[in-house]
Amino acid sequence: MQVYAGLRDLPGPTGGFPVLRIAEKLLTCLSWLAAAGLAAGVVVLVGYLFERGFNTLSLKLFFGDAPVRDALIGARPVWEGIWPAFAGTLSLVAISCAMAVPLGVAGGIYLAEYSGNRWKAYAGFAIDLLAGIPSIVMGLFGFSLILFLRKTVMPSANTCLLLSAGCLALLVLPYLIRTTQSALDVLPPSLRIVGLSLGFTQWQNIVHVLLPSASRGILSGVILAVGRSAEDTAVILLTGVVANAGMPRGLFDKFEALPFSIYYLAAEHRTIDELNRGFGAALVLLILTGMLFLGAYRLRRTVERKWS
Amino acid sequence: MTEMFKPRQSKLRPRAADTVACVARWILWGAALVSSAVIFAILGFLLYFSVPLFLDGRLMEVLSWDWQPSQGKFGTLPMVAGSLYLAFSSLLLAYPAAVGICCFAHGLAPPILARVMMGVVHFMTSIPTVVYGFVSVFLLVPAIRNGFDEGTGFSLLAASVTLAFLILPTIALLINTQMHQVAPQVGLTCRALALTKVQEILWVVLPACFRGLIAAAVLGFGRAMGDTLISLMVAGNAPQIPHSLMDSVRTLTAHIALVLATDVHSSAYASLFGCGLILFCVTAAVNASLRWIERSSGPDWGIPGA
Repeated sequence: MQVYAGLRDLPGPTGGFPVLRIAEKLLTCLSWLAAAGLAAGVVVLVGYLFERGFNTLSLKLFFGDAPVRDALIGARPVWEGIWPAFAGTLSLVAISCAMAVPLGVAGGIYLAEYSGNRWKAYAGFAIDLLAGIPSIVMGLFGFSLILFLRKTVMPSANTCLLLSAGCLALLVLPYLIRTTQSALDVLPPSLRIVGLSLGFTQWQNIVHVLLPSASRGILSGVILAVGRSAEDTAVILLTGVVANAGMPRGLFDKFEALPFSIYYLAAEHRTIDELNRGFGAALVLLILTGMLFLGAYRLRRTVERKWS
Repeated sequence: MTEMFKPRQSKLRPRAADTVACVARWILWGAALVSSAVIFAILGFLLYFSVPLFLDGRLMEVLSWDWQPSQGKFGTLPMVAGSLYLAFSSLLLAYPAAVGICCFAHGLAPPILARVMMGVVHFMTSIPTVVYGFVSVFLLVPAIRNGFDEGTGFSLLAASVTLAFLILPTIALLINTQMHQVAPQVGLTCRALALTKVQEILWVVLPACFRGLIAAAVLGFGRAMGDTLISLMVAGNAPQIPHSLMDSVRTLTAHIALVLATDVHSSAYASLFGCGLILFCVTAAVNASLRWIERSSGPDWGIPGA
């Protein structure tokens, strides 16, 4: 009879079955391999971008040979820099968030605080479906909107900045609703009751107690929405982005955008300078979304610490 | 905290405050309604513009294997096949890796490594799709071209490897959430039964996460079908059925982008809206099955939250 020195030496329930033991070994191998592979992949991706792109990070990358101050305000066109694309992305993000954030936060508040269960289920299904819609289909929707306008009331309608921003707003809308809703849902019931027991009406309770408490969670959702609308390419591809529009001039004009220039430069670069500009642009976009991600992550961590 | 609960005197008279609350409620309701109605608007437009397909009997024309717009042949089946090939091959790569990484993070690795790993996975969600594609064009595609000495490197293989990186965080985070709920509840029992960590995960936690595992696969498939940029940038975009991993493919998503960006004659438009409709249906099917999985009483071993 075998004597075991302690619990650790016991073979465990699968000890007598070599096949099961092999399965356990395989899982261990798989998990280490997958982890190593993924880490290697990410390190290579980020490292390669930094290696090729870091040296291009300079004012020249943004403005080319144009004087910085003139280029910033758009007085002088920038031919060899990514500033027009960068400005295009900024305005795209600003406009789409100006549309999506009020709508999404308001919708989220309603679904979390007012709506009945049946309503919540139906709306939840519609919103989840919207969240799953591929961005190219959203772009196609924007394009069809223009086709429709041309056929009916506005024969001169064309794809433009406003259309892109609107479609991006629809793309990030479900995320905003969901994060607002869950930020309100995770608040402890006691918090809800305290306000009401002090004589607040439901609306006062929402405005003065629940929203301030949920604000960090909502804000992290907003930041993620900003990141999403900054990086999406497929939507703007069909709704008005072009390679050489210069600075964004108006809501009804074509525009440039950072992710599109990256895509364009990858396929159409003619000189080594253009290629380097592509690497610079990719690095800039990665840094931008990375910082947004970090901000949202830290906000969410503080929320989790506070309410759990 | 205490300051927050100080009763505030509303500056408005009570009745006016009531009106504000009422109006606010209507506004919030409107926002919720609009947000839920958007999806129907999208479906409506897609249907409206693909009506010509159903009317002129051009449906069979679209459901054929020939895409030659100059000759009036608008078959989209090669793109459907391309999308399916790409989605399944990338899922084949990403899914086992995601499961492995979740097991890694839930006990097979030292705690520090586990936290770093999940941090990396979280970080990956923030990397823009176009950056994955860009790096792939200049790193993976040349490697494949030189390594296999065949074709241009823009291939099903390159696209599925890149796409696997893109969809992996989605899959891994869903499985991770499930394991996070299950693991604490079975941990003590498993230790009492003298199970090692790997035995606990393989024989107890993973089976208890069964529904989460299925849901993650479905969600990953949906993501893979819906992605545009990766296939547009690295898959080569030839409208054909791939016979090997080295062959170039064109997906439905890339097809829509390519034709709308380069083509101006609108006779092809209707078939594009058909493609959009197919993608919409895939999304709807994915969502419906996720709901069904969520509701169905699968083998959850009586573990709440599993």
